[in-house]
Amino acid sequence: MLRADWPGSSATALAILLSVAALGAFAEWGYQSRYRSLSAATERSDQQDFALIERGRYLVDVADCGACHSNPGDSRPFAGGRKIETPFGAVVATNITPDADTGIGLWSDEAFDAALRRGREGKGAPLYPAMPYVYFAKMSRDDVRAIRAYLNTLAPAHHDVGPNHLAFPFNLRPVMALWNAAYFRPEEFQANATKSPEWNRGAYLVQGPAHCGACHTPKNQLGADREAEEFSGYAAQGWYAPNIGNDRILGLGDWSEADIVAYLKTGHNRFEAATGPMAEVVSLSTSHLSDADLKAMADFLLDQPAKSAEQAYSVLPAHSGSAALDALTFKAGEAIYRDECSACHGQDGAGSPALFPNLAASSSLRASDPTTLIRILLQGGRSVATDREPTAPAMPAFGWKLNDVEVAAVLTYVRQRWNAPSASISADEVRQARRSLMQRAD
Amino acid sequence: MPRKLPSKDVVIVGLGWAGSIMAQELTEAGLEVVAIERGPWRDAATEFASNYVQDELRYGVRRELDLRPEQATFTFRNKMSEMALPIRDWGAFMPANGVGGGGVTWNGATWRFLPSDFTLKTHLVQRYGAGFLPKDITISDWGVTYDELEPFYDRFEYLCGASGAAGNLNGQILEGGNPFEGARSRPYPNPPMQQPFSQALFAKAAANLGYKPFPKPSGVMSQAYVNPLGVRLGPCAYCGFCESYGCGNQSKASPQTTILPVLIRKANFTARANSEATRINLDKSGKRAVSVTYIDASGEELEQPADLVILAADTLFNVQLLLLSGIGKPYDPIANEGVIGRNFTHKTTSDVLGFFDKARFNFNPFVGSGGAGMCIDEFNGDNFDHGPHGFVGGGVIGQMQSGAPPIRTNAVPPGAPRWGAQWKQALRDNYLSTVTPGLGVQGGFYAYRDIYLDLDPTYRDRLGRPLLRLTIDFHENELKQNKFLTDRFADIVKAMGAEKVVMQARKGPYDITKFQTNDLSGGAIMGDNPQSSAVNRYLQSWNAPNLFVMGASAFPQNAGYSPTATLAALAFWTAKAIREKYLQNPGALIHA
Repeated sequence: MLRADWPGSSATALAILLSVAALGAFAEWGYQSRYRSLSAATERSDQQDFALIERGRYLVDVADCGACHSNPGDSRPFAGGRKIETPFGAVVATNITPDADTGIGLWSDEAFDAALRRGREGKGAPLYPAMPYVYFAKMSRDDVRAIRAYLNTLAPAHHDVGPNHLAFPFNLRPVMALWNAAYFRPEEFQANATKSPEWNRGAYLVQGPAHCGACHTPKNQLGADREAEEFSGYAAQGWYAPNIGNDRILGLGDWSEADIVAYLKTGHNRFEAATGPMAEVVSLSTSHLSDADLKAMADFLLDQPAKSAEQAYSVLPAHSGSAALDALTFKAGEAIYRDECSACHGQDGAGSPALFPNLAASSSLRASDPTTLIRILLQGGRSVATDREPTAPAMPAFGWKLNDVEVAAVLTYVRQRWNAPSASISADEVRQARRSLMQRAD
Repeated sequence: MPRKLPSKDVVIVGLGWAGSIMAQELTEAGLEVVAIERGPWRDAATEFASNYVQDELRYGVRRELDLRPEQATFTFRNKMSEMALPIRDWGAFMPANGVGGGGVTWNGATWRFLPSDFTLKTHLVQRYGAGFLPKDITISDWGVTYDELEPFYDRFEYLCGASGAAGNLNGQILEGGNPFEGARSRPYPNPPMQQPFSQALFAKAAANLGYKPFPKPSGVMSQAYVNPLGVRLGPCAYCGFCESYGCGNQSKASPQTTILPVLIRKANFTARANSEATRINLDKSGKRAVSVTYIDASGEELEQPADLVILAADTLFNVQLLLLSGIGKPYDPIANEGVIGRNFTHKTTSDVLGFFDKARFNFNPFVGSGGAGMCIDEFNGDNFDHGPHGFVGGGVIGQMQSGAPPIRTNAVPPGAPRWGAQWKQALRDNYLSTVTPGLGVQGGFYAYRDIYLDLDPTYRDRLGRPLLRLTIDFHENELKQNKFLTDRFADIVKAMGAEKVVMQARKGPYDITKFQTNDLSGGAIMGDNPQSSAVNRYLQSWNAPNLFVMGASAFPQNAGYSPTATLAALAFWTAKAIREKYLQNPGALIHA
C-alpha cells in the first residue's frame, strides 16, 4: 500500500518489490531449471534405482574414475586432490563427491553429462583433456546417467582441491576451446554391423569408458591423439605404455585372448606382469570387470593391426657403427645376464609363468621407446597383487649395482638374444633416463 | 597404565610359522585376528632382493635379520650349582626376529618325526625296560600320535611345496626314499632337489656300505610351484646362501612366500610389527586370559584384549611370557614339581670334515641350497637296536652342506698351518676339494630333570623384567649317542674317498658359544595331565582354556630332526580343534 507522505518510498518500495520479485523469479527459474532437469531425468528413470546404481558402480570401475579422482592417502573416495601429471604441468583432479560446496552435488545431470561427453565443467568452461572426455564422448547418455546415479550415493566430502599447476598459456582455460575445435569431435559410439556383438562391446569399452588410448595411443605436440596410430604406444608420466595392437613383434606378440583376460583380471599371465601405472589400472579397474567384458576387450584388441611407424628389425642392428664393439657389448651383456638375471628369468629367458616375466617372448621389451625397460632395470618394479594372483613378485632395483654401460649392455642383450631382435640401447640413453628419473617424485 | 585397545576375537603373539598358520586358519573361520610381532615387517621381494642378499658378512656373521641381544637375551649356566650369566653375543643358537621369524632364515628342512618319537616313553620302556633308561631322564609321550598328525604334516608340506622322495607311501616302502619314515598318505608335492656332487657322492658311498640314502626333505623348491592358497614360488637357483639369509628368489618356503600375501589382503587381519609383548593378562579367577600387554616402537604400552590368545613367540619367549604372567606352576627341579620350564632340550650335533685329493675331486661347494642333502636314517630315534650300545636316541646324518660362503668356509687339513701365508695357500688349495657338512650329525636331545628354564634371580631386561635362565648341559647318554653317530658318519665320509677325515664329535660341557642348530624345544610341553605338562594334546593351556601355546616349546623332548614341520603340523592340528570344537563350545577340550 503506498502512502502519500513517503516521498520516495513508493519508488523505493516498487524497486525493492521488483528486485525481490526479480530475485525470486531468478531463483525460481534456477530452481525450476534444476528441478526441470531432475524431473526430466526422473521421468526417464528413478535416480535411486538399484539396477541403475549398480550399473553406474560397474562403469566407474571400467572408467577407472578413482585413479584420478581418489587421492592415495586420503580415506575419502572420489574427493579429488590428486595431481595428474601432463606434458603441460599438473592438473588437480576435482572432488566428484556430492558435496554441495566443493563437489558436484549441485550440478544438474545435464551438466554432468556435458562434463563427461563434451568436456565442459559445471559452469560451461572447458575441461582439460587430462579428464578423458575425448574418449568418454563415445559413451551413451544412459551409461553416463548411471555413473551419476552411483556418484550420488557417495558420502559427500568437503574438500577444496585448490588450483591446477599448468604452464602458460595452458593455464588459461579458454585456450582449450581452440584445442577442442582442432581435435575434439564429440561422437557417440557407432556399432560396426560387420562385427560381432562381442567385438562391438569390446570396442565400446576400450575406446569409450576404459579409455585405453589415453595412455596407449601416441599423441602430437599438443597432446591430441594421432588417430592413425591408435594403440601403438605412448610415453607419459615417466613410463612407456606399450603397443597393444595385434602385432607379433611390436604389439601383443604371442598373447592369446586368454592371456589378455588373465593379465587384466589378475595382473599376471604366463608372459608378463603389470607394474607401474598399469598395476594401478588392474587393481582399481580391470580386475573388477566381468570375464565377458574382458574377453570382449581382448577380442577387439586382437583385431587391431599394429599401426606403428616403427619397423621391426630382422637383422641385428649395428648401433655403435662397429660390429666388433657390438659383439663385445653383446658378450658383456650375456655375462651380466647370467650373473644377475638368469636366477629368476632363466638362462633361456623364459622366466616362470605368472612369477618371473618371460623376456624371450616379450614384445614390450623390444619397443623402440625403452623408457619402461630402463626404468624397471634401474628402479626395479613391484607387480600388482589381486585376489586371484596374490603373490605380487617384484624385480629388485639394479641402478645402484650396474653402471650406464652395463645397463646398456644387458638390455641390448635381452633385446637381441631371443626371437626378433630390436635396436640396441646406448649408455647415453641410460644416462639420460637416470637423470630424468632423479627429477621425478614417484 | 597401558592404553586399552578395542577388543578382537584373537590376539596372536609372534608372527613366525606357527603364528602365520594360526592367523590364516582363524581368519578363514571369520574371526577378527590381530598379530603382534616384536620385530619388523619383512617383505621377501624388497628385503631379501636376490641381487644383494648373498652377503655373508651382513647376514651370516653379523646376523642382521636376527634378534639383537640388546633388545632381549637370556642367562646361561651348565649346572644348577653355577651362577648364570647373560648371553651378550649369540653362539649356540641364533634367535630369530621379525615377521616370518625363523621361517625366513631356516634351511628349509621339512622333516617328519618318527612314529616312535611321539610315544617315546612307552616305546623305549617296552623295548628295553625302564632300567635301561638313563638316570633322571624325564622323557614322556606327547599325547598325540604320528597317525593323528599325518594329515597335518601333509598340509604343511603342500603349503610349502616340499621337495622330496616318498619312502613310505601308505605302508609301501619305496626305493629312493626314507624307509624309516612314518607312512605318508600321498607323495611330496615336488620332486627331490638336484644334488651337488659331494651330496651325490655321499649317497653313493652310503649305499655301498649297505645304507639307504635319501634326499633331505626340502622346503626349498625344486621347480616352480603354486600352493593351495594360490601363492607362487620359483625354482631354487642353488645360490648357496640359504640358512641365515632371506630368499628373494621366492624359492624358499617362509610365511612371506606361502601365507602372508593372502593374509594381508583380508579385512579381518591386522599385523602390528615392532611391538613387543610383555605380559599375558588373566582375569581375577586366574583361569582365563583377557589381554596381551605390549610395548610399541615409540615406547608406549598398550593392552590388546581378546577372547582367544595364541602364544607363538618361539620356545624361549613362550616360556618367559608364561612365567612372567604367572600362568602355570613354574618348574622346580629340586622338588621335581611344576611344569613351566621343564623338559627343555636342544640338539646334539657334530661334524666330520673330509679332505680329498684336489686333482681328482672338485666339489664346487659354492653350488648349494638349504634344501639339498643326502641323508641316512638308520641311526635315528629307535631305528636300530640300542641294546649293545648303552644309550638311547639318535639322529639323522648326512651331507647336508648348503653352500661354502667365503668367510667361514675355512677348513684346512690337519697339519696345515693355522694362520699366515701358508694357511691362505692351504685354504686356496683345498677349498674346492673339501667336504664341510656343517652339522652332518643332527642328534636328538632327551629331557632331563636338571635341564630346564626359569626366571633369573639377578639379571633383568631393559623393561625391568627378569631374563629367562637356561640351565643346560650334555648328559652321558647324548654324548655316547653322538660319538656313535659321528663314527658312523666318518665311515661314510671315508668311503667317499677322502684322504683325510677329521672327526669333531660333540664333547661336554654344553658350549653356549658354538652353534648347534636353532632347535630349542620344550619348556611348555604337551601331555595328558596338568601335573607333568603345561598344555594338553591340543596345545591348550591347562590353566587358561582360551590360551594356546604353539611351537616347539610343546615338544616333551627333541627328536633327531629339525622341528619346523612338526610344530607347523601341530599348528594345523590345533587350528582344526579350535575351529571345529573350541569355537562351538569355548572351554577346556580335555578334562584331565
